[in-house]
Amino acid sequence: MANTQSLRSRWRAWQDAGVTVLAILATLIVIAPLAAVFGYLLYKGASSLNLDFFIRIPKPEGESGGGMANAIVGSGVLLALASLIGVPIGIGGGIFLAEFGRGTKLANAVRFTADVLNGVPSIVMGLAVYSLIVSAHSSLIPFSGHFSAFSGGVALGIMMIPTVCRTTEEMLLMVPHAVREAALGLGLPNWRSVLSITVKTASPGIITGCMLAFARVAGETAPLIFTAFGNAFMNTNLNQPIEALPLQIWVFAISPYDDQHRLAWAGALVLIALIVLAVSLVRYVTSRGVLKGAS
Amino acid sequence: MPVEVKVPEIRTPHLREHQPPTRQEKTVTDPGKEGPSPVRIFLLSRGNSAMADRAFRWLMTLCAFSIFGIVGLIAWRLIVSSQLTWSEFGLGFFFKSYVDPVNHQPMYWDPVNGYFSAVPFIYGTLVSSFLSLLIAVPLGVGLAIFLTEMCPRALRGPLAFLTELLAAIPSIVYGLWAFFVLVPLLREHVNPVLVSLLGWTGFFEGDNPTGLGFLAGGVILAIMILPIISSLTREVMIAVPHSQREAVLALGATRWEMIRVGVLRNARIGIVGGIILGLGRALGETMAVTMVIGNASEIHKSLLANGNSMASVIASEFSEAVSDLHRSALIEIGLALFLVTIIVNALAQVLVWAVTRGAPAQAR
Repeated sequence: MANTQSLRSRWRAWQDAGVTVLAILATLIVIAPLAAVFGYLLYKGASSLNLDFFIRIPKPEGESGGGMANAIVGSGVLLALASLIGVPIGIGGGIFLAEFGRGTKLANAVRFTADVLNGVPSIVMGLAVYSLIVSAHSSLIPFSGHFSAFSGGVALGIMMIPTVCRTTEEMLLMVPHAVREAALGLGLPNWRSVLSITVKTASPGIITGCMLAFARVAGETAPLIFTAFGNAFMNTNLNQPIEALPLQIWVFAISPYDDQHRLAWAGALVLIALIVLAVSLVRYVTSRGVLKGAS
Repeated sequence: MPVEVKVPEIRTPHLREHQPPTRQEKTVTDPGKEGPSPVRIFLLSRGNSAMADRAFRWLMTLCAFSIFGIVGLIAWRLIVSSQLTWSEFGLGFFFKSYVDPVNHQPMYWDPVNGYFSAVPFIYGTLVSSFLSLLIAVPLGVGLAIFLTEMCPRALRGPLAFLTELLAAIPSIVYGLWAFFVLVPLLREHVNPVLVSLLGWTGFFEGDNPTGLGFLAGGVILAIMILPIISSLTREVMIAVPHSQREAVLALGATRWEMIRVGVLRNARIGIVGGIILGLGRALGETMAVTMVIGNASEIHKSLLANGNSMASVIASEFSEAVSDLHRSALIEIGLALFLVTIIVNALAQVLVWAVTRGAPAQAR
């Protein structure tokens, strides 16, 4: 009997060791592509990154040189418009969920829908905006009937709303009740208390939530393919097609020219650098705590 | 003798009810004007902020309803714009085909002759998504187990940060890397091995020398959904109370048995939810898949063959679609994608919520 017992415990010990090895292996296999993507990106991108990249527009096919200045400016325009649409409405939704609707069925439904909406593919948003603005022929809708920077900004903006709403709600929930009660006890109207006291207390967290949404839509390509459409020249006019950094990377990557491939790698490096910066900033601010920023 | 009673003066002059509502207010910003605006007078005359509060609350509720508005807007526009295809093909759009008169093969997607059927894209989406799940689930759960139970505390922070970084990389960058690094790797080193070893199964035919195809799509999708599965699994594993772990250990279990019985068994609903969430992401992923899946609107049994997924055909063909029917067909595919991802994500949210009880994300 002692023999089968020791056999069984040896088998269990082997199982334990085997699973530990498998778990470590899984971790290494996951980290490897991350290291590979970043390393290759740095290697390929850094060698093609120079000042020309930031100040010149792309040259015609086959010619070397040129840069992606129009894509960077275009991305800036699109993201500004998207933030103008996404941030106020998203923060408003978050304020409703945290302050007025806490615990109600309506708030639960809104929260659930926002989470589901976060998972909808971005190309579907682009199709909806195409159908609403680009292919419409009514005078009610501004800039309708053709590809435009406005439609691209709207597509990115409605992608930002659910993300900003959820992160704002989570940050507002962290504000202690004592702060709200103190404000109301001083005789402040409810709207003043929410805006000037509660939101201001949670503002570092809310800003980082907006930054996260910003970083996410900065890298989106699919909704822009048939809304903003792309433009080989510098453009800041909302009524015309506009280039964006991820869109330009996509177009250059599938082209047959080596020069454009090099520019695509440099563009990808710039995009990744911006996103890593945003994510690191978010982590730094949230690790310091929501309330430390208030005092 | 009358007692002189001194009425105490009002010591709260700042409260609005002790001030006469008058136009001569001190807070005139522009000395040229004759006082506050009518709006301000109207709001102040109430004596309380009930109107402003009501307006504020109404405004915030409107913002929250915009979420429902977005869902409704997308559904409405997609349904309206796919009417042409719906009236032409009906429900058969999703399962019919017709025989090509030239080579007598089943034909699904023919923009030139105006025949459209979504079957190859549904097939491509399902194959690439399930292949990615096959690769990503063991790796993601393994990573989560390592990070939660086995990892030395010092490594936990950096590794979690790296996983979060994996999730933040935009899909176009993954597509770029996959197209220039992964596809040549598959083409030169992996595919010939698979064909020679597993060609007998019929799933690996050697007749596609490009390295693109369902396998490339599945691998890059797996890399992209790994962080989702891993972070959700970690969250539900952390949510399991320590008493469960301690009880199993007290019965004499090894560490793996403690994980299996004490943690995974309790967290399995949430892990399934995380997997379904990863599936939802894989179903809708566009740019990375478009660059490596080969863009052929056909059905092949081989995993190494070129294909197309629902999202990738929209991204590839929409800008160049000439006829209204072609565009409408692509929008109907988009509508199908919208409905499928909503259902899958809703299911995943329900499962994850059931385990974590809707609590905000805990500190990692």
